[in-house]
Amino acid sequence: MAETRYTKDHEWVRLEDDGTLTIGITDHAQDALGDIVFVELPAVDRDVVEGETVATVESTKAANDVFAPLGGRIAEINENVVDDPGLINRDPMGEGWFWRMEPADEDAFETLLDDEAYEAYLETL
Amino acid sequence: MEFRATLSSLRTTPLDALHRRLGARMVPFAGWSLPVQFPAGTLAEHRQARSAAALFDVSHMTQISLHGDMAEALERLVPGDIRNLPPFRQRYTLLLNEAGGIIDDLMVARYPGRLFLVANASRAEADLSWLATNGLPYEHHEDRALLALQGPQAAAVMARLAPSTASLPFLGVATCAIAGIENCWVSRSGYTGEDGFEISVAAGDAESLATRLLAEPEIAPAGLAARDTLRLEAGLCLYGNDIDMLTSPIEAGLAWTIPRRRRDNLDFPGATTIHDHLVNGPPRVRVGIRPQDRTLARAGTGIAAADGTQAGTITSGTFSPTLGGPIAMGYVRRDLASEGTPLVLLVRGQRLPALQAPLPFVPHRYAAR
Repeated sequence: MAETRYTKDHEWVRLEDDGTLTIGITDHAQDALGDIVFVELPAVDRDVVEGETVATVESTKAANDVFAPLGGRIAEINENVVDDPGLINRDPMGEGWFWRMEPADEDAFETLLDDEAYEAYLETL
Repeated sequence: MEFRATLSSLRTTPLDALHRRLGARMVPFAGWSLPVQFPAGTLAEHRQARSAAALFDVSHMTQISLHGDMAEALERLVPGDIRNLPPFRQRYTLLLNEAGGIIDDLMVARYPGRLFLVANASRAEADLSWLATNGLPYEHHEDRALLALQGPQAAAVMARLAPSTASLPFLGVATCAIAGIENCWVSRSGYTGEDGFEISVAAGDAESLATRLLAEPEIAPAGLAARDTLRLEAGLCLYGNDIDMLTSPIEAGLAWTIPRRRRDNLDFPGATTIHDHLVNGPPRVRVGIRPQDRTLARAGTGIAAADGTQAGTITSGTFSPTLGGPIAMGYVRRDLASEGTPLVLLVRGQRLPALQAPLPFVPHRYAAR
């Protein structure tokens, strides 16, 4: 069972069996954004550092940056959310994923928030 | 991602409790706590207004009465024709400063014995002090709510609940009862490009009226976000974005609000600048803009001409639910202001192609005048 972790920027990061990471935004994030109408994703093969803006998601309300939760190389992007941004509202943790990446540091995943820590963080908002 | 925290010092409208019961997401807007969207979501609320009828709480807007014969006094502050405004009719006009800039845009209706003004919440303080400074006594109706019922089926609902309003022409006004709620001030107007009504009602009756309207099958609640996408599709200006103290009515494409008599007499604030803009053309002009790909261009986006020179700035930009793509308005240099002119939008370090487009983006569907 792949493990999912979170960031305080409301991204989820799933560690796949092959060691790559799948990244998307959480249900809390999609709900707060409202109807998502546009997504801009990074170029495949781009090297990114932790905290760098790699994607933009726009709702009817505002534009928001999505940051790289960890450093690494972009391996794949989800063209389906570009064609149908509403997918992120409908299935944020599943079909609405943003990109896959190969982490520069395999241990960095462990530094992200686990389920419990993210839930606790949401309680503080 | 950052989400703005709600502030506690905000004013609430008489429909605040109803919004919360309906599951609205509340946001701060011009010092008020207002619903930005309901559970249906902005896109559904937008379509509701275009296809049936949507109910908006616009109680934050400033409602003012000028009692007595105040048409000439008001004309000293605005470039519109107020003197010849017939009883039970309403008109869009502008409060101007001495430089010809826009202090606020507002609706003025003539009821027996008074003029009734509806102005922007964000400009309440500026408007009221401008009236006071110029010696116009006013009554500020802080005890009234304002509801906007907008959409092609709004008239059918009103015909059932307030039959006398069915014959109101576009920009006609009346006082009447709606579903037994007395003393509603109704105008056939709105800010979505659709047929519709704005209803001023005593604060204490606002929730009953809204609840009654929402019980009608044609109507669903809608929030500020849908109001913004609707007005932008309709090519209408948002004060603070598309017009402000530094824009002249001519630059803003609002020359139609200045009739011949006022242009000849030049007897309003900023007349010198406005006359110059009318005769020689303004330095920049508000235009519609269609980005050619799917990236949204928000307010503040820089605009370049095809030759790379600076052309202007986007003042409003959003996703158009009706057109299924981005739309925007902004100011460009006069020499670039013609339909179809290619422009370049500077979004997040990218240069995105756009075309100037006619306004409105979606045709108005007002009632007959």
